[in-house]
Amino acid sequence: MLPKELEESLSEAIAHAEDSREKAIDVMFALQEHYGYMSDHAMVEAAGLLGMTPLELEELATFYNFIYREPVGKYVIHICDSTICWMNGYQSLADYLRSRLGITMGGTSADNLFTLLPVCCIGYCDRAPAMLINRKVYGRLTPEKIDHILQKLRAEAEAQASQTG
Amino acid sequence: MKKSMTSKYPQVLFQNRKPDRIATLDEYRLSGGYKALEEVLRKHSPKDVCRLVGEADLRGRGGAGFPAAKKWLAVPDDGAFPRYLAANADEMEPGTFKDRVLIHADPHSIIEGMILAGYAFSGQKGFIFVRPSYESSAAILERELKIARQAGFLGNNILGSDFSFDIVVHRSGGRYICGEGTALLNAIMGKRPNPTKPPPYPTVKGLWGKPTVVNNVETLANIPHILRNGSEWFKSLSQAPKASGTKLFCVSGRVVNPGCFELPMGARLNEIIDDCAGGLPPGLQFKACLPGGASTRFLTPDLYDIRMDFDSMAAAGHRLGTAAIIVFDRDTCLVGATLNMIEFFARESCGWCTPCREGLPYVRDLLWRIEHGEGKEEYIPLLRDLCKYLWNSYCALAPGAVSPVESLLTYFEHELHEHISQKRCPYT
Repeated sequence: MLPKELEESLSEAIAHAEDSREKAIDVMFALQEHYGYMSDHAMVEAAGLLGMTPLELEELATFYNFIYREPVGKYVIHICDSTICWMNGYQSLADYLRSRLGITMGGTSADNLFTLLPVCCIGYCDRAPAMLINRKVYGRLTPEKIDHILQKLRAEAEAQASQTG
Repeated sequence: MKKSMTSKYPQVLFQNRKPDRIATLDEYRLSGGYKALEEVLRKHSPKDVCRLVGEADLRGRGGAGFPAAKKWLAVPDDGAFPRYLAANADEMEPGTFKDRVLIHADPHSIIEGMILAGYAFSGQKGFIFVRPSYESSAAILERELKIARQAGFLGNNILGSDFSFDIVVHRSGGRYICGEGTALLNAIMGKRPNPTKPPPYPTVKGLWGKPTVVNNVETLANIPHILRNGSEWFKSLSQAPKASGTKLFCVSGRVVNPGCFELPMGARLNEIIDDCAGGLPPGLQFKACLPGGASTRFLTPDLYDIRMDFDSMAAAGHRLGTAAIIVFDRDTCLVGATLNMIEFFARESCGWCTPCREGLPYVRDLLWRIEHGEGKEEYIPLLRDLCKYLWNSYCALAPGAVSPVESLLTYFEHELHEHISQKRCPYT
């Protein structure tokens, strides 16, 4: 069940839209953030808010690169594999990330912290090679920089876990 | 060398650009911002705005180069209300990042441009369509829209006039095809973003069946400057006789200083690459570039001093596209680069029509085999045929996607033969 506050803020945003479906992506992003991914249950809930059938919403959920219909880690890494990043060492960085996280492309690390996905050009060609983690950009990547980022995020996750735990 | 914020050319869209933050509303106003809106609302009719921007010959900066005023005039006088404006900030063409730099430099120029464009065709509401990897841009725009609203530039009865217009940010779920005008409109309406084929044109029946104009954000940001300084001034900015204004050029790939630079429309390619982007790193030589993003043709060294404007490029058989220049040096394998681009287009195809859905993976497969030493000579004529057939697809994605392939076959066929005869990539 969605927290009442979140449901109310989404309903209000929908009420202000020209048409409720206009808010489909916003609602999916919000539920995805809350549940971690768009589970079947989340799809039904989102569709209900939007006045759509779950099948109609599925047409959108399966279309977009940043809507996850399967469980993902706390941090979703989208590493850019398009032309400029490819020229600037995408392949070796992707290999490095895979070995550091012990996963294949598309996989989630055993501690459920990281999911690694490829993504097409993210528009940071002036900072290639680049990647997004939870839609925040990290550019001019090197193996050292990646280690540093992963370490920081691990510490952040640990701090959050000890706070809530 | 640090990226220079100064230029020997007039900086219009980037006049308020700073190294580390956006220009605030106050800074934008100090540079003359929102003066055009004040004057237009006081003195000019919507048709005046169309005429002034038409005389300035402002052409679409998103790639197609369609005259902006002509698009507004395509909204029928007796067209239904409400009317919508969609500002396209969904740049996903590899090599292109100008919209992001512009939003992070002077967001109010886009906002004022949208209000003026809305006024020009009597629109009521604008959407700024932003891709998910630009979340920071979306957040900036939302914050600045609120500030503009508080200052009376947005909302009901703007600056005491009888014109009302508001703008919202629309976040995309992320897919290249959403940058195509009709797909973008489907995306805003919460439909699966397949393109649709006009007629009816969006200017007649767009969002929710109402007249809708789609303009690129760079196009929109030019409008306040044109209305404030005049059409002749705008034309005089260009270095090419039949072009107007400045252009935001992105340079990436094998250059010392990748970045986004504002130069006159019609500036020469070598100047953009060598003077602005610092040229190629020492020891590397220019082999080719894609002059306007991944869906344009490879441009070879003989055209290194070509003028970068719509007409000069077209006359040489090229497209200005998004003016995103991707530079390749002689040590970079263009078969590998083209394979990478086809991977991109095959993945991002919306799958609606068969030639694009089935053809692009076929091209990818043949290029993959050649790149990985499994190529055969007979693949080359097959690739040519496939490129031809892909022009039969429903929208412009596939014809754009085959542009690097076609030009690879035209100018760098020897690289394909080398891969095939050596049974490996000669560049690794």
